Amino acid sequence: MSPLTALLSLVLAWLLVGALGLVRPQRMGWVAHTLFPLGALIGLGIAAIGLSALAEGFVVAHVVLPLGLPDVPLHVRLDALSGFFLLLLGAVGAGISIFAAGYFRAGEGTSPGLLCLQYHTFLASMAMVILADDAYLFMVAWETMALSSYFLVTTQHRIPEIQRAGFLYLLMAHVGALALLLCFGVLHGGSWLMTFDAMRGVTLSPAWASVAFLLALFGFGAKAGLVPLHVWLPEAHPAAPSPVSAMMSGLMLKVAVYGFLRICFDLLHTGPWWWGMLTLTLGLGTALFGAVFAAVQTDMKRLLAYSSIENIGLIFAAIGLALLCHAFNMRLLAALALTAALLHAFNHALFKSLLFLATGSVLHATHERSLGKLGGLIRRMPWVATLALTGTLALAGLPPLNGFVSEWLLLQAFLSTPSIPHAFVNMIVPLGAAVVALTAALAGYVMVKFYGVIFLGQPREPSLMQAHDAGWLERLGLVWLALGCILIGVFPQVALDAAAAVTQTLVGTVIRHGPAPWWIAPVAQTQASYSGLWLLLGMAGVIAVMFFLVRRMYHGRVRRTPPWNCGYPVLSPRMQDTAEGFGQPIRHMFGPFFRMQREVPAPDDLAPRYRIQIEDRFWHGLYLPLARAVGWLADALAVLQRGRLAIYLLYSFLTLIVLLVFVL
Amino acid sequence: MNALALISQLGGVVLAVALAPVLAGWVAQCRAWLQNRAAPPLLQPYRSLRKLFGKDAALATAASPLFRATPYVVFGTMAMAAAIIPSVTTDLPMARVADAIALVGLFATARVFIALAAMDIGTVFGSMGARREMMIGFLAEPALLMVLFNAFLMFGSTALPTVVEGTLNAHGLMLHPSLAFAGVAFVMVLLAENARIPIDNPATHLEVTMIHEAMLLEYSARHLALIEWASWLKLFNYACIGFALFVPWGIALHESSPLVLLLAVVWLTTKLAIAGGVLAVIETVSTKLRIFRAPEFLSMAFLLAVLGLLVHLLLQS
Repeated sequence: MSPLTALLSLVLAWLLVGALGLVRPQRMGWVAHTLFPLGALIGLGIAAIGLSALAEGFVVAHVVLPLGLPDVPLHVRLDALSGFFLLLLGAVGAGISIFAAGYFRAGEGTSPGLLCLQYHTFLASMAMVILADDAYLFMVAWETMALSSYFLVTTQHRIPEIQRAGFLYLLMAHVGALALLLCFGVLHGGSWLMTFDAMRGVTLSPAWASVAFLLALFGFGAKAGLVPLHVWLPEAHPAAPSPVSAMMSGLMLKVAVYGFLRICFDLLHTGPWWWGMLTLTLGLGTALFGAVFAAVQTDMKRLLAYSSIENIGLIFAAIGLALLCHAFNMRLLAALALTAALLHAFNHALFKSLLFLATGSVLHATHERSLGKLGGLIRRMPWVATLALTGTLALAGLPPLNGFVSEWLLLQAFLSTPSIPHAFVNMIVPLGAAVVALTAALAGYVMVKFYGVIFLGQPREPSLMQAHDAGWLERLGLVWLALGCILIGVFPQVALDAAAAVTQTLVGTVIRHGPAPWWIAPVAQTQASYSGLWLLLGMAGVIAVMFFLVRRMYHGRVRRTPPWNCGYPVLSPRMQDTAEGFGQPIRHMFGPFFRMQREVPAPDDLAPRYRIQIEDRFWHGLYLPLARAVGWLADALAVLQRGRLAIYLLYSFLTLIVLLVFVL
Repeated sequence: MNALALISQLGGVVLAVALAPVLAGWVAQCRAWLQNRAAPPLLQPYRSLRKLFGKDAALATAASPLFRATPYVVFGTMAMAAAIIPSVTTDLPMARVADAIALVGLFATARVFIALAAMDIGTVFGSMGARREMMIGFLAEPALLMVLFNAFLMFGSTALPTVVEGTLNAHGLMLHPSLAFAGVAFVMVLLAENARIPIDNPATHLEVTMIHEAMLLEYSARHLALIEWASWLKLFNYACIGFALFVPWGIALHESSPLVLLLAVVWLTTKLAIAGGVLAVIETVSTKLRIFRAPEFLSMAFLLAVLGLLVHLLLQS
């Protein structure tokens, strides 16, 4: 069996697993302990085939499926780019599925069997988007992905907030899909052939190519959450059950990244330098915006959703840099930036899924999403806390974990940009490194807040003392993702090798191979090199030596005492920083970013209440006026709607007359 | 990789670990002289280390393993950082493991761990200190990276030894205007990151004004000793980064004889003595800023560093 046939049967198997959920929809044991682990195994299979597509000597495989409309068969194709994203989808999806096997409980909204169908349809549709080789199949899979995830988001559809979030998501998904439809309409270049192969061969005029690019940026940007198309993301991702949030943040956003890469690099063969500049600027703006907003959130899942916006911004900034360098024919630099984008996409899928799943465990153990009512869980939930710490450090971009490697690569790419042969660009672009550095540092701030408020300190509510640790299936899923974070951090070259096949196909060159699996030197050994393994060993060595010396020369005696409270007699959990308090410096410094409403108590209030509400300026400045304009337009057009049959017949008659005038 | 390189690598780390308390003692001594106080002995930090290591650790009842591991992790990152900064010689095998971007990452790791440990017990001042430290850090970290970027762009490498060799091998004394901006920004970052006046006062006893010390209130005995030692090591590291970027003269190049290495150690000590004196002067003549002015101070450092970058790019094209 060829790899592509195997892949298609695995995707079909996902759908089948989903359908089997309907056999006994209310039986938790059947759905959770049989079907979800099966789905995880299928994910591993897909990851393995994706990996094989990245190996050297792999031949691009096409298949024309005997399915679809008459004369419009479906085309699928497996190349390095789709292989990389299938690897991501399968490997991360397997971890999420294992976690989900232990996560879903009966009696929460949608019945387990139906949930299983939606879940696996979502996975299968993402795989089909990645495999599609014609616009028709691509759009069908893309819409299936949007719809199945919509139903997953609205699992608890009786809560009005979740209904609203779901509607907003559906609306944005369709505005984006419309742009993609138009984009494909431009891409076929008048030939009316909808296969990607035909589109690759078409040469568009520069103006039409730019139109196609802008439509793709809009369509995929809406799906990925680029500012200002991000408003649905912080609503929809937290509303979904945690494994679904993990899939949306970890996987679906990456499918949008895949689509953007496919169209920009593969179908349009890149374009003028301003494409890159635009993407870079939007990406950097999105990254900073996401990081600043994440720092002031008080809901743990919203915080992570904003952090996803930040990371998507970094990925798009790296893609923009790759487009920019490719426009000036600087292949090696383009390959470096593209590698950074791909690796960051993979890393983000790993650690963001890990953290979303960890919030799921916290949610189950405490029934609390608000950061203001959590705290001290490291003592009640040591497994989840330890694994979440790995994800936290990785997301904060700290060595020797994986988040650092991709940020390092991105900064290296920025470092080389002054050699761009364009007087204006080569001065502006290096300054982008300043934004990347600021964003990365803010991510550290956000992560300390996230971890510190949830897992450290004293429990803010008495009920937290009864919190229980995650079950073994949940732990297994978390361990799988955390191991990914550590392994990519320690053996970065392995991940770079996987990305190398993609850069070879997209920009025609690869970055330099490091001297060992644990050692990378992407441009030249003299410019920069990094080894996660040696860094880890060095630190571990120093720590071991110090520990041994201290114990050997002195002692390890410990006395447990109550904490020092500066002479104040009572120590209450309310004395700790709240989530609002921890975000206060950011709120103070980035004031103009926010639309703030504050209620501050007067000094003589007997029952003082402090309330602060932070809103997105885009919502009030852009979306609400837009919604009002659409409403006004609809009202204006409603004049036509008289409700009398005779008038409607008159309309038809007039239209017929007008058309006849044109034709005759 | 030869034996001499390996020895100088290990020797460099041991030297840094050993000299760091002396540097801290020297700065304290200079400060005392400038302020007309009786100065503590130069080796006072060593005495307090000995005292602290000997005591029983008093650990808060609620402390988690993260709290106990943090002092070791912080010390480990700082020692690792010392291994990749060319303080005595540029012939450092470890400098290939981690470049200057990784160095900034190491500092960030230490900061995140110490802030997390401060939040672990759940006291008032712990979380307040953590919040303030992260506020300082998120502005100081990109500023430091931008200062380093100035040097990177000049020599096309993010490895500090290459930067040092590039400066030393250049003919004559080159004055780079961008480095002037970077230098000012670097001093500002150094002051902020090492909890010095005008951002923080290392000698304060008032919890409300504390940043760094507030995070350490729960630490005692060997844990406190390790953290203090690590923060002295951090000051030492920052000083050596400054020497490497701005005044690299005296640092031994590749394949130097042991005598040159010894001379480099003498150079390093001299530079440290001068830098310590300057630091004490800065701390004496300035006053501590209100905490809300700290972001302005640091954004100024960040902007200066970015301005340096822009000046470099303008002059080069």
